[in-house]
Amino acid sequence: MQDEPTPDELIKAVADFLRNEIAPAIKGHNAFKLRVGINALDLVTRQLTLAQAADATEAARLKQLLGTDGSLIELNRALSEKIATGEVDLQTPGLADHLWQTTMDKLAVDQPNYASYKRELGDTSRS
Amino acid sequence: MIEAELTRCVASFHPGATGVSGTAKLSGGASQETWTFDIVHPSGNVGAILRRAPPGYGAAPSRAAGLDAEATLMQLAHDAGLPSPRVLHVLKPEEGLGTGFIMARVEGESIARKILRDEQFAKARPLLARQLGRVAAGIHGLPAAKLPKLRQMTATREIGDLEREYRSFDWPRPVFELALRWLRDHDPGPSAEVTLVHGDFRHGNLIIGPDGVRAVLDWELAHFGDPMEDLGWICVNSWRFGEIDKPVGGFGSREELFAGYEEVGRKVDPVRAMFWEVMGTLRWGVMCCGMMQRFRAGPDHSMERAMIGRRASETEIDLLRLLAPRA
Repeated sequence: MQDEPTPDELIKAVADFLRNEIAPAIKGHNAFKLRVGINALDLVTRQLTLAQAADATEAARLKQLLGTDGSLIELNRALSEKIATGEVDLQTPGLADHLWQTTMDKLAVDQPNYASYKRELGDTSRS
Repeated sequence: MIEAELTRCVASFHPGATGVSGTAKLSGGASQETWTFDIVHPSGNVGAILRRAPPGYGAAPSRAAGLDAEATLMQLAHDAGLPSPRVLHVLKPEEGLGTGFIMARVEGESIARKILRDEQFAKARPLLARQLGRVAAGIHGLPAAKLPKLRQMTATREIGDLEREYRSFDWPRPVFELALRWLRDHDPGPSAEVTLVHGDFRHGNLIIGPDGVRAVLDWELAHFGDPMEDLGWICVNSWRFGEIDKPVGGFGSREELFAGYEEVGRKVDPVRAMFWEVMGTLRWGVMCCGMMQRFRAGPDHSMERAMIGRRASETEIDLLRLLAPRA
């Protein structure tokens, strides 16, 4: 067992240092690149924090939809194939909900500030 | 640096030019570069842009129109009174600059976030969608007899290309599968009218001033096809930069775009335009995945490319909003 602090705590500390202390002192194209780098570290922190739970519920939904077992990528391959052949479509109970939930979980890691995501998040919490 | 070659070159088409100044590379991939510089002349300097494939890089990617065709299209657009830079010179092999052309530099802004937020564009923003409708109609109406040889695309062929590229990544994406399936099921068939299509009519390739559209750039993806493709592509959510309720580039409505288009005597097919908007959303998603591939394979092992790979999911939520909207 590895000791603390956890990877996400370490990366967050580095990202905060770069954001608060270094970024204000950098100009030009390197300032842009630094911002991209900080965004990447923030993304990794979110993935380390959120992905395990999201992957588990995604796998559970896929097993339910497909009636088979397998790794997450195997299950996604199987679903992709069924959508491609038309065996599964938006009329299939559970498919639209599954795709929406999976996509929302991806955006929560990839781009939580994306306007479409924020709009859909707002719509969910209102309903 | 390329100043010596440029100096010799500008003297040949701009009599009295004594040299060049302020030469700087604006962007450059492996095979194509864009440079900005001033032609120095006793009666006043002239801002210019060089677009070239450096010597040794002849072959363009298969989808590219080619730099000669780009120069021809830009000049035709200019001659037709469309907002387009004047082509000053087409490079000759003996000039040692590679293949490409030199055009007049049009001052203005091409960065979407500035165009959408800066005060100096506040008066232009409400005009842009209608203006761009007129510009698109002008492009689609350029005289066929004068156009260069370009690839011809149909919706069916584009779906096939996208599917092949997506499958080459070997990474399952159920939302992309759903979009491919939808596109095949809603393929409107060949367009009754085949015209010149700009192919990349969106933010980044448009120079905007406080007075509105000043230039359409980058004809690299020009082809013959369904004119509605350009109207769909400019409405893709990825080019709205947060202003998601203004489908045209984050500054206007489809109705304004379509009205501008029809002012010039051309007809809009809103169903086909929407089909191309879905296609364009998937296309940008596939392009994001392609960036990831190039990041992993090198030679461009940059953070920027890697992070664009993580934007593919943005197109997945946009595809779901288009194809499976929640009540």
